[in-house]
Amino acid sequence: MSRRIVVTGLGVVSPNGIGIPAFLHAIQNGISGIKFMPHYRELNFSCQLAGMPDFEWEGLKNYISDVTFHGLKGTNIGYGLAAALDAWSDSGMGYETDEPRWETGCVFGNSIADTEAMKNVINRVDNKEVKKLGSRVVEQAMNSGVTSYISGRLGLGNKVITNSAACATGTQAILMGYEYIKHGYAKRMLVGSAEHVDTYVYGSFDSMRVLSRKFNDQPEQASRPMSSTAGGFIPGSGAGALILEDLDFALQRNAKIYAEVLGGSSNSGGQRLGGTMTAANSTGVIRCIDEALASSGVSPRQIDTISGHLTATNADKQEIQNWTQALNREGDDFPLTNSLKSMIGHCLSAAGSIETVAAILQIEHQFVHPNINLEDPNPEITNLVSIDCLPVKMIKKEVNIVAKANFGFGDVNSCIILSKYN
Amino acid sequence: MTRTEILIELKKVFAPYTTNKEMLDGITDETDLIKDLKINSANLVDIIIDAEAKYDIEIDYDSADKIINVGTCIDLIMEKLNHDK
Repeated sequence: MSRRIVVTGLGVVSPNGIGIPAFLHAIQNGISGIKFMPHYRELNFSCQLAGMPDFEWEGLKNYISDVTFHGLKGTNIGYGLAAALDAWSDSGMGYETDEPRWETGCVFGNSIADTEAMKNVINRVDNKEVKKLGSRVVEQAMNSGVTSYISGRLGLGNKVITNSAACATGTQAILMGYEYIKHGYAKRMLVGSAEHVDTYVYGSFDSMRVLSRKFNDQPEQASRPMSSTAGGFIPGSGAGALILEDLDFALQRNAKIYAEVLGGSSNSGGQRLGGTMTAANSTGVIRCIDEALASSGVSPRQIDTISGHLTATNADKQEIQNWTQALNREGDDFPLTNSLKSMIGHCLSAAGSIETVAAILQIEHQFVHPNINLEDPNPEITNLVSIDCLPVKMIKKEVNIVAKANFGFGDVNSCIILSKYN
Repeated sequence: MTRTEILIELKKVFAPYTTNKEMLDGITDETDLIKDLKINSANLVDIIIDAEAKYDIEIDYDSADKIINVGTCIDLIMEKLNHDK
């Protein structure tokens, strides 16, 4: 069980940048990817903003055959494919293979099929035109659509698993891939997650009154984690992907090593002790973080940076409090903490993987990205931790160990510990 | 509509589904859709749906099962076209 697992490739489709160079530039410079969506105003949504990647659909022809492209309608699948295949080539490997790659598997998560694309199915069936649906619906409607397209393109022959744990999905996928390599089942795992918040999913969140509604005329200022004026999150879409490899396997092929995954934990608060379908049980969260540290052999003091979940709801304060208790660090002693959601909104299932890509880039390039829109920090948060721990400008510093966590509906938690590769 | 005319149009119907684009130009009655044109068998359904729309005909499930090569495909379309007249 002495295997070490490293990250050898990254890919990202983010609202504020597609591809690693654009995304790195965006997170270093605090560039927002939140846009006004006129259609949402027409639909009487309270929140009319979204983090929507500037994704060119036709560009998918660079990744998949024309035959596969023809009839592909699932936006989540498109995002996932682009991020996954970018990560693969970033890792220095070609797409083509005749034999299945038995040593490589895939854990890729998502929430739901593209319901806008599925609307066609509903209309056809209701109009008694089921014969016209064709053969390409099921593969895109099934929850494993994203993993099926990715693994098919690359010939992945090890475990191919689709996970779903609401907003904890991405982090959980990375942890699952890590565990499969750690336990010797696979040498390499393509991990990540995708999300396309279509109109119907968006509307369902809007109706819960958990979205920001007071900044519709200032899109880039609307996602305000940890601030007094944080009034809900902004839904975002996209995908993040990582190539995880057994260290020896990666070294044998002289792969570039971005970082090491030291360990992690995924648990649930059981929807008990204050936890509900939509709220985290703090005891479960603290346990998750502590277990992640223990499995990584890292002490709380070693954490340089926290990449928080921090969605810009009233749960932010409780999250910071949970971190202070889990790490037993507060005030000036608290690690530098940021929320990528200030720039891209909350990408739900894709949040964990896009944010982990950001965390790894911070290790690779030795910086801590800013929290944008934190002009008015919530005093309930700054009573717990120093305002200097919540950077509003990029900080260049030594970043050795990052704790990355996400918490999701269903009271599920995931936390991973990432380290500079030494 | 003659067999040749249908053949020319059918190439356009097959085009999005074949990975063997080089072969498409020279197809004959004997060209097998799956073995020669490398069309995924699941996509035959989509070709039938596209052909139905193109020729404004209806191809029932039992007739569709007879489609093996380009020739049987043309036979079926001619039969349906004539029947609908």
